[in-house]
Amino acid sequence: MNGNKILKFIILDILRNKWVITYTVFLMCISAGLMFFSKDSTKAIVSVLNVVLILVPLVSILFCSIHIYNSKEFIQMLLSQPVKRSTIFFAEYTGLVISLSVSFLAGIILPLSFYGVSTILIYLALTGVFLSVIFSAFSVLISISTDEKVKGIGISLFLWLFFSVLYDGLVLIIYFAFNDYPLEKIMVIITTLNPVDLSRVLILLKLDISALMGYTGANFQKVAGSMTGIFLSFTVLIMWSITPLYFAYRKFMKKNF
Amino acid sequence: MINAENINKYYGKFHVLKSINLKIDKGQIVALMGPNGSGKTTLLKCILGLVIADSGEIKVDGASIKNNFEYRHKIGYMPQTAYFPENIKVKDVIQIIKEIRGEKSATDFELYEYYGIENFTDKKISSLSQGMKQKVSSALTFMFDSDILILDEPTAGLDPLSAEYMKLKIKKEKDKGKLIIITTHILNEVEELSDRMIYLLDGEVRADRINDSSGTKNRAESILEKFTDLFKSYEWK
Ligand SMILES: Nc1ncnc2c1ncn2[C@@H]1O[C@H](COP(=O)(O)OP(=O)(O)O)[C@@H](O)[C@H]1O
Ligand SMILES: [Mg+2]
Repeated sequence: MNGNKILKFIILDILRNKWVITYTVFLMCISAGLMFFSKDSTKAIVSVLNVVLILVPLVSILFCSIHIYNSKEFIQMLLSQPVKRSTIFFAEYTGLVISLSVSFLAGIILPLSFYGVSTILIYLALTGVFLSVIFSAFSVLISISTDEKVKGIGISLFLWLFFSVLYDGLVLIIYFAFNDYPLEKIMVIITTLNPVDLSRVLILLKLDISALMGYTGANFQKVAGSMTGIFLSFTVLIMWSITPLYFAYRKFMKKNF
Repeated sequence: MINAENINKYYGKFHVLKSINLKIDKGQIVALMGPNGSGKTTLLKCILGLVIADSGEIKVDGASIKNNFEYRHKIGYMPQTAYFPENIKVKDVIQIIKEIRGEKSATDFELYEYYGIENFTDKKISSLSQGMKQKVSSALTFMFDSDILILDEPTAGLDPLSAEYMKLKIKKEKDKGKLIIITTHILNEVEELSDRMIYLLDGEVRADRINDSSGTKNRAESILEKFTDLFKSYEWK
């Protein structure tokens, strides 16, 4: 059984509910609105960035968990046919990631590219896709591991809240609590452990205004310096993408349907 | 044809299947019986690979099913409750299964026609009654002329006439030399159909006998007696 066929069924299944289209249009409205109200492209990108960092993980997490829970029958149906388990897993994940990434690229990057395609825009595109990939993987992992839908979506939402909001609070608390110690390097490491912060730092480094944007950005530039920093950042983002996916795969291969 | 060796399955700490050993040959109808929760569905799902046994080995036609999916070409499976995605149409479901199994291998439309599936292929799965879903599910199970048919309570939820037709179909397929494994709670059905009866209780095979049709005049009753004994021993344990 060839995997592309399964992928096609799954993408058709995803497109059948109108969520993806709604998400794309919604992102388009946001980027168009922010472009309209910002005076120059840098400001527009910074505003869009802040929205992207909150919205992309949130939508990825919600969309993937809802999809996985609603696909239970579909997966069971495929599994009782001559189809490989791993094919179903990768087709589900790829289908979700493709849909979310295409929505993001069409909703955010396409409108912004009317300013011209800059390195920053490419970075924004990359980090947005990475965030979709990472949070989809987490969400798939959680929904495969938790049979109860409400519980699964709850855990996913908490994960989003943790990385988007709580984490920065914790970082600040640590920073002030250990004010007397030279924590610069440790702060950088802590920042890289959060894919959302890491994405923010990556873009701000490129914009060269990181010094204005709070501790994490400023420290990052000081300690890491541009090229190595960027290289390391992408390595970390790749690790963040692979790790939850690997555990989700292992869970899926053993799951009872 | 199907060979299960020392199958154990746990759901968490709950030991659902306890050292199941079975050897099932083709050309017969095997009735898998036992009270609710005895592990019948789980055992069938282990054969299908929907549930993965914690230990032991299952072979279909001599080949282990572990990390194997091709063997499911040989199996038509009708689950206890049909697994269909709710938001798509009957014809989409049929199309998907056909594409997976190969358009050309869809050769047997007997149940499809008898149940009049053609008349509601444009309906969404979510708008079908449970019985209609069962009909679609059974039509699909038989459509690909598979050598092994695994039917989990196939007549439950069907109207009497449709159930009768299903039984006729099952016998017909057996006469073609297929293996049919069926779970049911209806003793008449067991008597009428099965060549072999496997009784599962608490995840263990408690009885396994060949039904020779030359036997007693009142087999349903004698089967019932044996089961009552089993139930009693279970309660007093
Ligand atoms: N996915 C599951 N997780 C946990 N327990 C399960 C699961 N599926 C079935 N069970 C339990 O395993 C036992 C056997 O179930 P099942 O095989 O469906 O029995 P039967 O088909 O004989 O009625 C039951 O006690 C049931 O509650
Ligand atoms: Mg059952």
